[in-house]
Amino acid sequence: MSAGDPATDPAAIATVDDLLARAYAMELEAMERYQEFALQLELHGNLEVAGLFRNLVRAERKHAEAMARDLAERGVAVVPGAALAAPGAEGLETAPGDALHYLMTPYHALQIALRNELRAFAFFANLAHSAAPDEIRRHASEFAEEEKEHVALVREWLARVPKPAEHWADDPDEPRAPD
Amino acid sequence: MNDAPVAPLPAAKDFKSDTTPIWCPGCGDYGVLTSLARALAALACRREEVAIVSGIGCSSRMPAYMNCYGFHGVHGRALPVATGLKVSRPDLTVIATGGDGDGYSIGGNHFLHACRRNVDLTYIVMDNHVYGMTKGQASPTTEPDWDNALTPGGTGLRPFQPLVIALASGANFVARAFSGDVIGTADIIAKAVRSPGFSFVEVLSPCITFRAEQRHWKELARPAPVATTDDPARAARRIMTDDGFNIGVLYAGDRKPYQPELRRAQRSLQELAREFAL
Repeated sequence: MSAGDPATDPAAIATVDDLLARAYAMELEAMERYQEFALQLELHGNLEVAGLFRNLVRAERKHAEAMARDLAERGVAVVPGAALAAPGAEGLETAPGDALHYLMTPYHALQIALRNELRAFAFFANLAHSAAPDEIRRHASEFAEEEKEHVALVREWLARVPKPAEHWADDPDEPRAPD
Repeated sequence: MNDAPVAPLPAAKDFKSDTTPIWCPGCGDYGVLTSLARALAALACRREEVAIVSGIGCSSRMPAYMNCYGFHGVHGRALPVATGLKVSRPDLTVIATGGDGDGYSIGGNHFLHACRRNVDLTYIVMDNHVYGMTKGQASPTTEPDWDNALTPGGTGLRPFQPLVIALASGANFVARAFSGDVIGTADIIAKAVRSPGFSFVEVLSPCITFRAEQRHWKELARPAPVATTDDPARAARRIMTDDGFNIGVLYAGDRKPYQPELRRAQRSLQELAREFAL
């Protein structure tokens, strides 16, 4: 996190258009990463968790499409992957690439989603309570509310899946071949 | 005046092929793939202007996952192929990719001489301190005390120091990146491609299957606290004394790239083909 970085620093958002473009880029990045995760787990036969990531892709896509419509109404050019031009770290809703394990369970996947939603909520809530212009704070507050709903949804979902067994990562046929 | 429509520049996603990578879930190389695609888009490259060349290993599968020219060669030989390609087609952006075993062991001698020749290409090594494709043997950069079934008690060998060796051998650009920092790595790759001469980018790319402890690299990797230097002696001191997790462009020199004068082909392709006819 660094000062002046629009990915993480609320002060770097000067206009509502900046905010909307940043929020849209965050959704796109999150969607792309979940898509990659789904592919990785499908390839390794963990179809249950892959399906969960596909559901997360659908949710992020829906959110991104709504944002794209807002941006279009405001006449702000939507560049797919706008976040790519942003300096600094990846979007706050983007899970780290090493978060996966081939034996992971839906519980682990939802923990990843929860962390991402909480980070996004904190970012917008922080901006909503900052010294930014009123219109930016109003939009940030709306985004914070949306992220709060997502946090609640993921928590509900988490409550419905079993916690992983203690030795969930133990593989009786592990990939190492010491001979 | 040519009125033919100009095709739009490809976006990052256009540089990725439709082939699904078969790396392990969570492998650092996914991040490097994304960074490479983003860097090429940021550089406004066209797919037909880029060639990715590799050897053998998990990370050497990169050409298959990129949507541009690619050459998946033999073990340790990415750099000779990339060198030949670049000197004969200087118009192409040539990028060699591979891992620590491929680049520093089997291809170690090519690495030294590619740095020395300083041909204008970029070499990206995804270093995970292990041979992953062959199931977890110690590589040249493995820590001496890494204890596993194949090397009980560790190898006891001093690890290879790729950055300082690249510097001493004449590489014109030396950088370290971390695969978990996708945007930062894309930026470093773009700088490496822009830099004339041989550019070496060592990417710390965790193998979470055989080196699960490398998940902690994301807590250790941080931007180098010093600016890029063009003084090789200063760069060498820094590289030799850091802990291996300083990220950034650590050296950028101004040595003129090697580019021999191209001569016209003496023989046609058909004549060459006849030589190889059985």
